[in-house]
Amino acid sequence: MKKKTAHMGLFLALSMILSYVESLIPFSFGIPGIKLGLANLVVVLMLYEMGAKEALCVSVLRIVLTGFLFGNGFSILYSLAGGLLSFLGMFLLKRSGWFKCITVSTAGGILHNIGQVIVASIVVSNYYIFYYIPVLLIAGTITGFINGLLSQEIIIRIGKRLPKGGK
Amino acid sequence: MSKRFGKKDLIFFAILLVAAIGLLIFYQNRSLEQGQCIIIARNGENYGTYSLEKDQSISVKNEDGNVTNVVVIEDGVVHMEKATCPDHLCMHQKSISMDKETIVCLPNKVTITVIGGNEGELDAVAN
Repeated sequence: MKKKTAHMGLFLALSMILSYVESLIPFSFGIPGIKLGLANLVVVLMLYEMGAKEALCVSVLRIVLTGFLFGNGFSILYSLAGGLLSFLGMFLLKRSGWFKCITVSTAGGILHNIGQVIVASIVVSNYYIFYYIPVLLIAGTITGFINGLLSQEIIIRIGKRLPKGGK
Repeated sequence: MSKRFGKKDLIFFAILLVAAIGLLIFYQNRSLEQGQCIIIARNGENYGTYSLEKDQSISVKNEDGNVTNVVVIEDGVVHMEKATCPDHLCMHQKSISMDKETIVCLPNKVTITVIGGNEGELDAVAN
């Protein structure tokens, strides 16, 4: 149990560092709000290697903590909506057992953006925001695919050495 | 198939591709008309309607009377000149002028929406 807590802390620290590194990389295509989502790499990895509960826990903690460190109350709200929807989608797709990691991650990337647009349109009560959906769909596919590719290679190459769930 | 990419993954990406192409065609066929004026809304409520033809600078104030956003109309296009929000995403957005295009400042809950000049058309959208 102690070991697992330590591993989760390690993953949380890693995802927070990735969030920070990401803020240094300009990756926007001139479209506001598009991020590489490198921190989701950790979520995908944990989902596969440690378990769903642990992945969800680290994902939520990462969003809240980085929100307080680098963002504001609003960014936490949007990130949470995206993060939770994305997590739910990835969890269900993974559990179905039909898809490989890369597909699960791509779906996660798309759902992340859709979750954020839904919250944004509710907050400002302006449904024209949905005109961004095609752009965000494509962006989510690209970022999710990159993350999926990376985490899949990590799992295939060093997955056996990553900390596992349980004791 | 390999451990990296299976048949069902192929189906998923094929559906995604079809959906993307479908959406692209849908958006290409959508009439991209030149807008006539803009509506600025704050907290989802109409703040004001301004013509795109006149160059002007509009200061959007919050409940306390402090200016949170400055919207500038120049040469028939509109952009967010200033915003008090921390991320300034709205300021980095490109200028807009086409019907139904939108700039959003999420932290301040301010939106700029371009609309056509035709009133009937506006009502149809609102309904």
